[in-house]
Amino acid sequence: MTSQNPEQRAEQAADRLPARDPEDRREQPVARTGMFGAKTTGDTSGYGRLVIRQRPKTASERPFGGPDGAAEPGPFDAVADALERALPDFGAAVERVVVDRGELTFHVRREHLVEVARTMRDRPDLRFELCSGVSGVHYPEDAGAELHAVYHLLSITHNRRVRLEVSCPDADPRIPSVVAVYPTNNWHERETYDFFGIVFDGHPALTRIEMPDDWVGHPQRKDYPLGGIPVEYRGAEIPPPDERRSYL
Amino acid sequence: MSSTKYTEYDAYAADEAAEGRVFDVNGQDWDKVVAGAEDGSDERLVVNMGPQHPSTHGVLRLVLTLDGETVNDCRVGIGYLHTGIEKNMEFRTWTQGVTFCTRMDYLAPLFNETAYCLGVEKLLGITDRIPERAQIIRVMMMELNRISSHLVAIATFGLELGATTVMLNGFIEREYTLDLFEEIAGLRMNMAYVRPGGVAQDLPSGALGKVREYLDRMPKRIAALRKLMDENPVFLARTRDVAYLDLTGCMALGVTGPVLRATGIPWDLRKSQPYCGYETYDFDVPTQESADVYGRYLVRMAEMEESLKIVEQCAERLRTVDGPVMIEDKKIGWPAKLAIGADGMGNSPRHIAHIMGTSMEALIHHFKLVTEGFRVPAGQAYAAIESPRGELGVHVVSDGGTRPYRVHFRDPSFTNLQAAPAMAEGGMIADVIAAVASIDPVMGGVDR
Repeated sequence: MTSQNPEQRAEQAADRLPARDPEDRREQPVARTGMFGAKTTGDTSGYGRLVIRQRPKTASERPFGGPDGAAEPGPFDAVADALERALPDFGAAVERVVVDRGELTFHVRREHLVEVARTMRDRPDLRFELCSGVSGVHYPEDAGAELHAVYHLLSITHNRRVRLEVSCPDADPRIPSVVAVYPTNNWHERETYDFFGIVFDGHPALTRIEMPDDWVGHPQRKDYPLGGIPVEYRGAEIPPPDERRSYL
Repeated sequence: MSSTKYTEYDAYAADEAAEGRVFDVNGQDWDKVVAGAEDGSDERLVVNMGPQHPSTHGVLRLVLTLDGETVNDCRVGIGYLHTGIEKNMEFRTWTQGVTFCTRMDYLAPLFNETAYCLGVEKLLGITDRIPERAQIIRVMMMELNRISSHLVAIATFGLELGATTVMLNGFIEREYTLDLFEEIAGLRMNMAYVRPGGVAQDLPSGALGKVREYLDRMPKRIAALRKLMDENPVFLARTRDVAYLDLTGCMALGVTGPVLRATGIPWDLRKSQPYCGYETYDFDVPTQESADVYGRYLVRMAEMEESLKIVEQCAERLRTVDGPVMIEDKKIGWPAKLAIGADGMGNSPRHIAHIMGTSMEALIHHFKLVTEGFRVPAGQAYAAIESPRGELGVHVVSDGGTRPYRVHFRDPSFTNLQAAPAMAEGGMIADVIAAVASIDPVMGGVDR
């Protein structure tokens, strides 16, 4: 069964054995190994040697279509065209465009984020008035772009949604703040800083918001353990959730 | 790692930053505080409200700088109810995630579940394959939940303005709604009823009759509440032209829901970006122009009446639309049909007999799906629904595994609460209570 959306299709193509282009495939970084999370001798299934590589980064080609996944030019092309017209350095600002599952994502380089956001908000043919906040994601395997900040914009005027994705390396976790453009992101950026350690430059008061002020570490990062203690249930000892056998 | 950046410090040591005199209010000592503050050496009074103030809907902390009774500065402190739900969900299967996220906004559990499930279904690409009956049940449960949530909003609102009658009446009606939830889902709150692919189980026999009774009773009760509040001079004095926030302010601060609709814009995701088949129901989006606390109250009241209309249509459809309530895909749909046994809800005896007695493959399939869960193709999706408080968005990321790689909830309470200073500053201290109450924040959703 072949998927309709390009990113998924690329992934399926990469997963199909034998690999179409083994050399390309081997260049992808390893996402995870094994299957059951068992690192000791407990795994006798043979799946312990399974190597799962990260899916290749894809970029969608025009026409982008619309939320219904049509192949002809649609609302997504209108958004991309308007942004391209309004931004003189569109090529430098937008790294790639991805259309997946009926959603449009602009991968924006961090130094252009505020400019892109302001254009998105102010241009009459874009007019994304409302930002639904920023959501952080930590991809430890994505070397040089470990931390992602994902912004969901909503245009009430045109009834559209679009996603901006910005990444920064873990060694230099800085992304410009968009609070000046979208004041609603004040708390959202504090939350993302709190949970991921992304420093939003230019934020009026970037402090922790959910965790106590003296907390050490950023809990939503993948290298931060969940924690927990073993509990006894009906005579058996149940290990904490992150130490249980898992099926990745 | 970043842990080196922080130096440990003792949070309970004497605070060098504190300026002026500090009064600890422990109850029964108000006269002492007043006498101490009266000598007028400090012009500014900083009052720490909460996190245990009864009118703060849980554990909200407000730091108010007062000049007389005027609020000059309002700072909001949250985080006292942070439970790490998003982090925990990364260590459970996609289906188990429902059990966690239902506990975020504890007054609107069905909205949390549905938003999350819509996100997962979008990732799976099965949005169009959810059975119609499941969608109708989801809509009906959500609208009942909207009524119960708004009832609490209005009940606590009345209590905070000093009207115990409103509180009692609101909570009684909410109790009838929770009875319906118990009848249908088995639990009053946090039901984990909506699952990726459909709902956990079909309506029990007799549930529609109970819904009918509820529909007969409720309009009169809402009318009674309206009689109590709509024209009440004390209520009007406390709410009209209080905590004004216009459309520009709402847009800048990302405020959605009844607060936004009280500025006159009919923005409701059920109408503008329909999901779960909302486009097929007949209902209106109530708005008000006043952009004040009273307008928000009126919007909530009218929304309850609209929700009753939707529930009525759902009940009508459920009589005729039959069929499964879980997706027909054996690799996603939960393999059991639940049944009530002597010790409560559990797997149906017929299903157990089937997998234990006759089919080895069915047993393996059941075991794999329950312990391992299903895989979700890698990628990300954003799904948003109209919760009682505004846009509840969920950003789900999958790496192709059996567990969410990352789930982030854009909870409307969290975003709307940012507007509290904009509403409260420059007003009277008594109006701070009305302002916060009109946002209707639920701290479980704010802090997650």
